[in-house]
Amino acid sequence: MPGLITMDDLTNEEIISLLDDAEKLLPVARGELYLPLLQGRILGNLFFEPSTRTRMSFETAMKRLGGDVVNLGDVKTSSVVKGETLFDTIQMVDGYTDIIAMRHPRQGAAQYACDSARVPIMNGGDGAGHHPTQTMLDLFTIRQAHGTLEGLNVVLAGDLRYGRTVHSLSHALVRFGCNVTFASPDSLKMPEEIVADLREHGAEVVETDNLLDQINGADVIYMTRIQKERFPDEEEYAKVAGAYKLHARDLDGAKAEMIIMHPLPRVNEIHPSVDSTRHACYFEQAFNGVVARMALMCWLLDVKIPEDVNSAGGVL
Amino acid sequence: MSQEANMRRVTAIKNGTVIDHIPAGEALSVLKMLGIEGYMSNPVSLVMNVPSKKMGAKDIIKVEDRELTQNELDRLALVASDASVAIIRAYSVAEKLEINLTEEVVNVARCTFSNCITTNHREPLPHRLVVTSRDPLELRCRYCGKTQDLEGLLDNLL
Repeated sequence: MPGLITMDDLTNEEIISLLDDAEKLLPVARGELYLPLLQGRILGNLFFEPSTRTRMSFETAMKRLGGDVVNLGDVKTSSVVKGETLFDTIQMVDGYTDIIAMRHPRQGAAQYACDSARVPIMNGGDGAGHHPTQTMLDLFTIRQAHGTLEGLNVVLAGDLRYGRTVHSLSHALVRFGCNVTFASPDSLKMPEEIVADLREHGAEVVETDNLLDQINGADVIYMTRIQKERFPDEEEYAKVAGAYKLHARDLDGAKAEMIIMHPLPRVNEIHPSVDSTRHACYFEQAFNGVVARMALMCWLLDVKIPEDVNSAGGVL
Repeated sequence: MSQEANMRRVTAIKNGTVIDHIPAGEALSVLKMLGIEGYMSNPVSLVMNVPSKKMGAKDIIKVEDRELTQNELDRLALVASDASVAIIRAYSVAEKLEINLTEEVVNVARCTFSNCITTNHREPLPHRLVVTSRDPLELRCRYCGKTQDLEGLLDNLL
């Protein structure tokens, strides 16, 4: 069954077509228009580890399109604690639902589920692996700000080793000819096999440990959270994390149209002073999760989005 | 030492399979991959680190009264892709077989990445390693996508 496990499951043409669809659905996501394209369909939300934005935006997307959602709920109270295999969980849930969104702490879980299921699986994060639906909303946000995905200078900063959002995103950016710069402490560098893959695709990848030097040339700065538990002691963490923080005063030389993104939640890496600058884009980015996931679910369920949604939809 | 002398280290077999040109030191891994263990009733002869013109040094295995199938032999591609295999009937070579490295190595070894979903031994789907390069050999897990540690795979044989 087709699903979205990694960005390799989509061609560039399919990505652009999905972004176009997402754009059409903006008034539906905002609640300005009622368009029940997925009425009667049920989404299974299987989040085996915590999620706020991904889970809620999948749920919002399905409900705004007239469908319904069933949730796995807290893993601690589900069959998983009784030792149920992922295979068995998927066999059960795909009998209840038409499409599944899943997050799992084990890498490869989404592909495994996809090979086990009869309904489409959408990977909402598998360990430190992939998070392609986040990539779709990231690409949507970048295109919305710059009008294109091609040839942009994108700086990915922070925890590039464990941050699955940046793994999926960097692959996609390179496919659209973006120049990517990885700014991270040495211990949290982008995994070598990903850098090798990107270079194999012809990308010029720059790796640095200095974020501030990259600001003026960037069209997009994509920040990620550096997690304390990745460091042997507090002092080491404080030293490293301090170098990957943005404050409004750091942005004086930035291009006017440069945007700052973050998959959220943020801790200290973006100072609240940045929120009121023209560069802050992370809350809009979080909202875009709804349209991106709406478009994706319609596509996977083979539901066409009308050219003119305004005349197809009704008032809420 | 001549080829003949090497072969004389163990007696000729009447019926069975001879696997020659195994990289020196890998014979035990080959036995493990073929599931050949001590409690089986077939006689098995094994020589290790004998001189070889082609390879410098090599291992040889002779399994009596058992003709290994192509599927069984293809499992060896991970450690002995250039080994030569002969099926022996009535002391003569009846058939020569080649070891093929298939596009995907299925249910031979478990993924070497500790956080892969397949490390849960109770998950029932097959273990699938995709061959992404033949020379040098590179495999990636179909599920987690991690490049495999080839030495680690030998510890993860199924």
